[in-house]
Amino acid sequence: MTFELVCFYAFAAVAALAALSVISVRNPVVAALCLVLTFFSMACVWLLAQAEFLAVALVLVYVGAVMVLFLFVVMMLDVDLVPLREGFVKFLPVGIGIAVVMLVEMLMLIGVRAMQVAPGPDPAAAAGKSNIGWLGEVLFREFLLPFEVAALILTVGLIAAVPLTLRHRRGIKTQNPGRQVMVRREDRVRLVKMDAEGNREASP
Amino acid sequence: MITLAHFLVLGALLFCIAVAGIFINRKNVIVLLMCIELMLLAVNTNFVAFSRYLGDAAGQVFVFFILTVAAAEAAIGLAILVVLFRNRATIDVTGIDRLKG
Amino acid sequence: MKEGWFVISKTMLLMIVLLPLFGAVLAGLFGRRIGRVGAHTVTIAGVAISCALSMVVLYQLVWGGAATYNENLYTWFTIGKYSAHVGFLVDRLTAMMMVVVTFVSLMVHVYTIGYMAEDDGYQRFFSYIALFTFSMLMLVMSNNFLQLFFGWEAVGLVSYLLIGFWFKRPTAIFANMKAFLVNRVGDFGFLLGIAGVLLWFGSLDYASVFAVAQDPAIDIGSRTVELLAGHPWHVATIVCICLFIGAMGKSAQVPLHVWLPDSMEGPTPISALIHAATMVTAGIFMVARMSPLFELSETALTFILVIGATTALFTGLIGVVQNDIKRVVAYSTLSQLGYMTVALGVSAYSAAVFHLMTHAFFKALLFLGAGSVIIAMHHEQDMRHMGGLRKYMPITWITMWIGSLALAGTPFFSGFFSKDAIIEAVHESHRSGAGYAYFCVMAGVFVTALYSFRLLYLTFHGKERFVVDDHHGHGHGHDAHDDHGHHAPGHLAHAPHESPWVVTLPLVLLAIPSIAIGFFTIGPMLFGDGFGNAIFVREANDVIGEIGKGWHGAVGFVLHGIMQPPFWIAFAGFVVATWIWLFRPGIADAAERALKPIHTLLMNKYWIDNLYQAVFARGGIGLGRGLWRVGDAGLIDGVVVNGSARLVDRVSTAVRRLQSGYLYHYAFAMILGLILLLAGLWWIVARAA
Repeated sequence: MTFELVCFYAFAAVAALAALSVISVRNPVVAALCLVLTFFSMACVWLLAQAEFLAVALVLVYVGAVMVLFLFVVMMLDVDLVPLREGFVKFLPVGIGIAVVMLVEMLMLIGVRAMQVAPGPDPAAAAGKSNIGWLGEVLFREFLLPFEVAALILTVGLIAAVPLTLRHRRGIKTQNPGRQVMVRREDRVRLVKMDAEGNREASP
Repeated sequence: MITLAHFLVLGALLFCIAVAGIFINRKNVIVLLMCIELMLLAVNTNFVAFSRYLGDAAGQVFVFFILTVAAAEAAIGLAILVVLFRNRATIDVTGIDRLKG
Repeated sequence: MKEGWFVISKTMLLMIVLLPLFGAVLAGLFGRRIGRVGAHTVTIAGVAISCALSMVVLYQLVWGGAATYNENLYTWFTIGKYSAHVGFLVDRLTAMMMVVVTFVSLMVHVYTIGYMAEDDGYQRFFSYIALFTFSMLMLVMSNNFLQLFFGWEAVGLVSYLLIGFWFKRPTAIFANMKAFLVNRVGDFGFLLGIAGVLLWFGSLDYASVFAVAQDPAIDIGSRTVELLAGHPWHVATIVCICLFIGAMGKSAQVPLHVWLPDSMEGPTPISALIHAATMVTAGIFMVARMSPLFELSETALTFILVIGATTALFTGLIGVVQNDIKRVVAYSTLSQLGYMTVALGVSAYSAAVFHLMTHAFFKALLFLGAGSVIIAMHHEQDMRHMGGLRKYMPITWITMWIGSLALAGTPFFSGFFSKDAIIEAVHESHRSGAGYAYFCVMAGVFVTALYSFRLLYLTFHGKERFVVDDHHGHGHGHDAHDDHGHHAPGHLAHAPHESPWVVTLPLVLLAIPSIAIGFFTIGPMLFGDGFGNAIFVREANDVIGEIGKGWHGAVGFVLHGIMQPPFWIAFAGFVVATWIWLFRPGIADAAERALKPIHTLLMNKYWIDNLYQAVFARGGIGLGRGLWRVGDAGLIDGVVVNGSARLVDRVSTAVRRLQSGYLYHYAFAMILGLILLLAGLWWIVARAA
């Protein structure tokens, strides 16, 4: 048992346990934090697969951005947690059962024994590059268009989130300086021509 | 020595945990979203492992894109969640059946 | 230059055909702009030039020795090997028809100026009759079956339009619908016949079809086909009977004759032009033109003979009891068409065409004369309210006498020659059915004389049976019903008077050929080489040739005819008619009472109309209703349209329960699907291993 393998088992165990906590803890804040832990451990597992760039990106994007967003939303919303836990116990056996069945099926399909392949040399190192250089070269040469599209999708997502959550309040009094400046005298004052009051209807 | 099977089993395990999470947290949309992130993580792990063991960069590029889409999805999903909560004052999905046929 | 003169020029033929069309288009589309005078000027000019040129063509062919003109002018379309052309075949038969058509048409055009003077549809009417002239010319000048069919349908269309000319009258609408539908039956047969010609003769051009028909190497006359298994039919018989069914519709032969009497709803000039002189004879012309085909089939000719003989006698009988002046002439037309058909049936095609020509003149004359009477009587058509008109309208009276004498077959009048030729031909013929036909035509002669003179006596002679309401004298103390210009039957606002010259001129011009044309043309047309090679008769069937052996000129023919029974039978008819309707008017009523069943039978026209109404019209409506209820409403609407909608509704009602709207249900379904997919994959992998 090599050191790497020990590390793998350790991180895998942490990730699995954290994932279990995500789905089982009562408080969403804790769940989000556990998810952070899961992502962190998996990032370490990815490091063991020499995917350094993605591991770092995972930490930065997920832990740094997505999970913060989660935490932010969870904390912002004043969620009443009690009704959300209804049926938890009732569906626990079903969930576990289905998960187990699926796991068994997947493992069968993977063919654990057949897949016990030792990795070859690190392709990035073999090419004499760092992981990030190796990946970047492919990304910007062969996948440039998808990359641009992905950038576009992110932008659209970013913009879409704004109008979705934007709230127009009614009945708020605001000033419009432009209209204030453009106001004319005629809009404000109306001059009416009237005859002078005569004496005929003088007060009694 | 870490073999391909290690990664694949770990991915399958995470995926199944996420599936179980969807079942037992069926009312809480936040946790449902988290479970979806978990699933994506499991899938990404498979990609990374295959990329490493086949020496093909395409797998890792794919993970890159999945991260992108997942980020966008999380942003939109949470925005929807916020709007939902604002309108109904709860995130309980059992009350949402407008699309009932 | 002289040679050029005796070759028929293409330009001239085109002008003959297109000038009436030009006039029709001008009068029809720009009628309002060019006015009444403009409309009748352009159409009459067109038809007059056409008529003159037709006479030139006839002259070239008969006296100038010009060769038969047969050329395609324009290729209409081409399908595979077959190509349809617009072309002209002008031989003596065609030229004769062209002259008859354009001459009668011209007369009718002129006559119309007087007859339709007060009608709102003046320009429309001129447009129609000019269009009719064009269509009829296309029909007779065609050199192929398709163009013939075009002309055939075009004259049918114009006939339809003109019968329903007064389209505000329900009876006119009924009559034109009836004419249209009955003609559809005939046209169906005609179209099948044309299809048969194309199938078995391989072409639609007359020349090549006749070449095939007469080619002994092909011997198409003995070719058979099994329409029903085990019953071989001669193809020639099938084709000829189908074509003749077309002729039965167009030429109003029993049992497709029912439309012609009703077509009298149209204006009288139309009855003269279309429903007496030209269009209804198109069937006769067609059969004569197809004589090489019809000569192939003895069966078809027998069929024609029997149909024609039945028409000749039995429709004439109806004419005896009719009281409407136009209907008497209409039934007379039917009867005379029957005579022509009989002539066709005994292979005396030239006699049929000869009678067609003489009939065209004297029947047009009779119709136009009847129209003149109708004008004088202010559109009163019932002969029971006429009588004694001879002193009011002498020209009409004399010309009507001439027409009737010609119709009844008085010696030296044109009808005598043609009718006698037909009767002689039937007498000579040995075809099966000839005996029956001989009886029918002989009896028909008596009937013809009877109704002809009855018409004359009731209309022009005897007591005046109408009352002239004098509107200028106010002291009569009339009832209020007279004040609004609506007259009771037999009441006239003014005394009848002779029609204007535009009406009487055509009468006079038509009276001349009615008297004379038979005398001068019987020699060349029947016994000479009048038709050239246009008509083909087999040696064994040549009854006209048989009669021609005793031919010693027209006077000899007359002297011979006077010795023969037909003349004496006609004379007997004349005597009986004179006795009954001129001298003893009471006898007619007595006879009517005595022969009540026969009278009823004839008044109801053998109940053929009622039968058609009950069987075909009701049947058609019933069938339509049935198809509508069962087929359309039940099957298509009920099962296909609403049924599929209902099915979708049922299925979706069941399926919509799956769409609970709950997020976790969908997630569950997805995951379940995933599990099943994995299981399936696993199973496939396990089997492959």
